[in-house]
Amino acid sequence: MSPKKNDQHFSRRDFMKATSLAGGGLLIGFTLFESCKPGAEPAIDLASLNYNDFNAFIKIADNGAVTIFSPNPEIGQGVKTSMPMIIAEELDVNWEDVFVVQAPLDAKNYDRQVAGGSQSIRHGWEPLRKTGATARQMLVNAAAAQWGVDPSECTSSRGVITNSKGETLTYGDVVNQAAGMEIPEDVKLKSVRDFHIIGQEIPNVDIDEIITGKPLFGLDYKKEGMFYACVARPPAFGQTLDAVDDSEARAISGVQDVVRFGDKVAVIATDTWTAMKGKKALKLSWKSDAALESTEDHHKILTGLLDGKSFETLRKDGNVKKAFSSADFVLERTYESPFLPHNCMEPMNFYADVTSEKIHLVGPIQTPKGTAERVAQVLEREVGDIHLEMTRQGGGFGRRLYGDFVLEAAEISNLSGKPVQVVFSREDDMADGIYRPAIKYRIAASVKDGEVTGYHLKEAAINSNMYGLIPNFFPAGALENYQVDVAKFDSKITTGAWRAPYTNFLAFAEQSFFDELAEMMETDRIQLRLDLLDKVKGTTDDRIQYSPERMQKVIRTAVDKSGWGKAPDGVYQGFSAYYCHNSHVAEVADVVIEDGAPVVKRVVCVVDCGIVVNPLGARNQVEGGVIDGIGHAMYGDFAFSNGAPQSLNFDGYRMIRIKDVPKVETHFIKNTESPTGLGEPTLPPAGAALANAIKAATGKRLYNQPFITELKDLRIPEKEIIG
Amino acid sequence: MPNYTIKVNGNSHSVDVSADTPLLWVLRDHLDLVGTKYGCGIALCGTCTVHVNGNPVRSCVMSVGQVKDSEITTIEGLSEDGSHPVQKAWKTVDVPQCGYCQSGQIMSAVALLEKNPNPSEAEIREAMNGNICRCASYQRIHEAVTLAARETQS
Repeated sequence: MSPKKNDQHFSRRDFMKATSLAGGGLLIGFTLFESCKPGAEPAIDLASLNYNDFNAFIKIADNGAVTIFSPNPEIGQGVKTSMPMIIAEELDVNWEDVFVVQAPLDAKNYDRQVAGGSQSIRHGWEPLRKTGATARQMLVNAAAAQWGVDPSECTSSRGVITNSKGETLTYGDVVNQAAGMEIPEDVKLKSVRDFHIIGQEIPNVDIDEIITGKPLFGLDYKKEGMFYACVARPPAFGQTLDAVDDSEARAISGVQDVVRFGDKVAVIATDTWTAMKGKKALKLSWKSDAALESTEDHHKILTGLLDGKSFETLRKDGNVKKAFSSADFVLERTYESPFLPHNCMEPMNFYADVTSEKIHLVGPIQTPKGTAERVAQVLEREVGDIHLEMTRQGGGFGRRLYGDFVLEAAEISNLSGKPVQVVFSREDDMADGIYRPAIKYRIAASVKDGEVTGYHLKEAAINSNMYGLIPNFFPAGALENYQVDVAKFDSKITTGAWRAPYTNFLAFAEQSFFDELAEMMETDRIQLRLDLLDKVKGTTDDRIQYSPERMQKVIRTAVDKSGWGKAPDGVYQGFSAYYCHNSHVAEVADVVIEDGAPVVKRVVCVVDCGIVVNPLGARNQVEGGVIDGIGHAMYGDFAFSNGAPQSLNFDGYRMIRIKDVPKVETHFIKNTESPTGLGEPTLPPAGAALANAIKAATGKRLYNQPFITELKDLRIPEKEIIG
Repeated sequence: MPNYTIKVNGNSHSVDVSADTPLLWVLRDHLDLVGTKYGCGIALCGTCTVHVNGNPVRSCVMSVGQVKDSEITTIEGLSEDGSHPVQKAWKTVDVPQCGYCQSGQIMSAVALLEKNPNPSEAEIREAMNGNICRCASYQRIHEAVTLAARETQS
């Protein structure tokens, strides 16, 4: 598939390129990200962070077969299926004729399309549709030229172009002519009611490879002559490497080399097991210049921040102090969460082959371009020397945004002169994480004459605070007196994005708080939320991006679908509603008491994420998000002692398993709004729905995650609960 | 290094590895059968599940020396083309999200149905509880096992 250079055409928009293929056919390259923001991929912007990164290429062969190349990595969010669906819709072909493949990032064929970028489907919706529509129009124009008629006299349907005389040409018939034509500028998009692919239940495009165990993931990558490397890193955050004795490691048959870089030591071997053994045989001593941190210290520090006065104010409306001083009562509660590791099932790994000519990198990474630039910087090489291939990714959850493991692979290959795959053991993966930071929230609200008059949210977090529009989420806009204050403690423990950053815990705090507030006010907990949302209607504050109308609709639908208030005896319900990632979600959890302990049996989840591109994949995201939210709220605990994590594998760190899982019932609000995020927004409300149901079932209000710790001593005799 | 002959998916293979090498790494690094995945190395996540003489085992904690006279089946040996009823059910239900744990999930499900063709809901949960899915596709895993049982029966 080598392009003929003379046939390249560039549109004025400069982000689309059509090339005829030497073997016949048309290749259209489209850098979606650059179409949104020409010039550069920005650094990771947490505010716009979502699961969907993409680029696109369309190849149409002269037999009409359509291949959509997605260089963007699939981490389980379904983007490799749903993004091509959007292109194919506007291209107007049958989905059965479409092949989706992970594009090799081949510099020769694709002009180094190493780009990725953090753009959500929300941002990609229009450009993806325009890509498909532009390609369709090029084909129609080519057919029109062949017939000598005006393109406006031609129509297309499912890969066939028809003129006013009823003559037809297939897309395959005109691909070679189309490659030589101008790229049309203003193309018409389909009407939503004419969609025939979007909205259909399309299975995961990699399903056959997954169920037969084909090599897809980073750890599956093989190259003749490659070695495996396991890395010893400081066991505690804050430690540095003092001395290395690698004699025993080097004596192991199969160990090829031991290299030291910074505070790390890598053992390179002929297979993974030998590299793991070699690492264990290293005798390393560590030192630290300052005191090492423990979870107990963090508790005190974060509480001190909440009690103190050194806050940054992220939003301030009216005067909460005044509202509080004139209130009938003020409810104040504090909520706390631990650090959390990501625990992708595929541990971190990357392949690197650094030679004087080139740097070849292969593996699972969500930020290929930024990572390649860092590798170039560290190795003092040109970015142009780097060729980076992305594999399918065994989960991401935020962890693979950070290229630490890629840099390690590149450094080890550079120092050893060998092609190596760096493999994290599970213990490495948990001990050398970039964790969800431990956070405490303190929320206070004032009530006067049966109305909420003020709301004050304080955040104390490790390393970094909430960002972007989060301070403007509900109940911002509903209250005259509203304030969000944040403070942070700089820790040596590395932290970063974890599925639905900040909101993954903030939603629990806020929605638990409203549940308790409604009880204190002796008012209906659903009505309290609906009334507050009424006050947001018609707001002119452009920081308020949630829609009170859409939020009320998901709430009312959840009430209806869950049989709220009509649960049978022995079933206790908890409610939660939250907006994030531009989607509106409401959830109801049903809890029963089994053997004296609360057990969640069902979660009804109602989502407004606009048009649902692929309901089959979308429901999977919803089910996964809800269960992930419940699992981590219930069991996720990750403590540090003297800088070292106290759990290193699944014996000490409990993950939710199939026995613990409720049935998730998913309902999408049907509308024609542009699609919004779905990988994340169903997770945040799940914890509060469960906690509020547990309160209803047991009388115990939960303030801290994981719930399992708070429930440890709770045993409710069956007779007191049932009936 | 000692030489071992092991029988995987009906074929005999000779490998030179140290005696303590887990079956998992023999399969992945020496026989290029990468469908069997590494997840935890201590038999707690189930991603490395294979069948040894028809029984589901965690290949990360079974050394090559322990399996030398056994019949080993991996995901690659279930069928050439994904036509095993459990694989078909996984496809119909569209179970995977990231997909990494699914080989192990499928191998556990196959072992369950071979011993108990008509498992109850509780028996499915019991048999599949050793397999972690970080994407939490558990609801579909349960659905697919139920479907495979039904299809196999009819």
